[in-house]
Amino acid sequence: MRKVIAILLLIIIGYYSIDTILKIPFGEGVKGVGKHYLESTIKETGAVNSVTAIVVSYRGFDTLGEVTVLFLAATGLGAILYDKKGKKRSLQNASLIVKTSSKIIYPLIALLGAYVFVHGHLTPGGGFQGGAIIATGVLLMFISYRSFETNHKALSIIESLAGMTFVTIGFAGLIYGTSFLQNILPFGIPGELFSAGIIPLIYVAVGFKVGAELTALLDNLLKTIK
Amino acid sequence: MSWLMIIVVVLSVVLIIAALFAVYQKDLLLAVIGTSAVSVVLSVLFYILQAPDVALTEAAIGVALTTIIFVITIKKTKRFEE
Amino acid sequence: MIYYITSILLVLIGMYAVLVKKNLIKIVIGLSIVDNGIHLLLIAIGYVKNGTAPIFSKAGLQPNQMVDPVPQALVLTAIVIGLAVTAVALSLIIRLYDHHKTLNINKIRKLKW
Repeated sequence: MRKVIAILLLIIIGYYSIDTILKIPFGEGVKGVGKHYLESTIKETGAVNSVTAIVVSYRGFDTLGEVTVLFLAATGLGAILYDKKGKKRSLQNASLIVKTSSKIIYPLIALLGAYVFVHGHLTPGGGFQGGAIIATGVLLMFISYRSFETNHKALSIIESLAGMTFVTIGFAGLIYGTSFLQNILPFGIPGELFSAGIIPLIYVAVGFKVGAELTALLDNLLKTIK
Repeated sequence: MSWLMIIVVVLSVVLIIAALFAVYQKDLLLAVIGTSAVSVVLSVLFYILQAPDVALTEAAIGVALTTIIFVITIKKTKRFEE
Repeated sequence: MIYYITSILLVLIGMYAVLVKKNLIKIVIGLSIVDNGIHLLLIAIGYVKNGTAPIFSKAGLQPNQMVDPVPQALVLTAIVIGLAVTAVALSLIIRLYDHHKTLNINKIRKLKW
């Protein structure tokens, strides 16, 4: 009975949605705000990657909100799964081939993650992608070795310092006389590593923060297995 | 029909079949593998639509981190549905 | 054109899993599939025919043959927030299983504290 009503409802919603969405023209030119962002992204910000300029410089306040939401989710997960007696991970050690090769490949994965978030304004990439790659590398070491531990105090200090760096860079714009998160450093030549004002500094802070947060989240989840 | 349109049609059919497989399986571990297959094919479709930033983000977050969180939850609860 | 139909079909399949299925983990899987469908719809709306990626990598690229960069910035944020919601929902499921010893929503509705 419940299945029949659900399928009927979904057919009605699907028919009217497809009928409306097929009226949107596919593949027309760019109009409005997107056109202005594409034409003036090198003059006004100095970054070569247009999506990075929108995420950090034109809509930088939304990135601050997103970093806050990720922080709240990691803290909430740690609070829900809190256990007074500290447990150890009780998985088995992996086989010899996996143990040897994961020791070789783990520094290369960390190097790739750092490369992705340092060059965020020149190539596709940025802080969130680099942080996720670093967390995946640490997860590989968690699965291979039973006794691989990370220092929880050091992780929480790195996370807090990176978050405060983001807000302090924003306040520097207010102290200098213009608005919050304004670009106050010189722009340089577009296409070099040291260009585009404060955009690489903000992305390095976001990369460290996201990497430390996701590592602590995975450690909390893996420790609860009996 | 150019080659690109044929590839897009084949990938869309694989996407719908993987989503149906993820919803109708009784073994929850196979349903999670179906979800990560949807994420992988979606990442290739984002690249064909000329969006490399979004393809990198979906491949790094949707494939690796979402799958491991689901597998840890299944290990702590039941594996078979009902 | 085929992108629009595929994304609406993904949203319908995910909503079917949320409305009909009785296992809690299946409901969270359905929520994740709905998220993926909406992201595909947003990026397909911002496509320009014969356009290229919005990065000025070479010296002579003109900005009137690139795709729209604003939907890509929105979807970048949405993917990370989808991961955060899934992680918190799954941790709540682990706590519920420890307390009620079952994952069926009919039985959890009937048990009182």
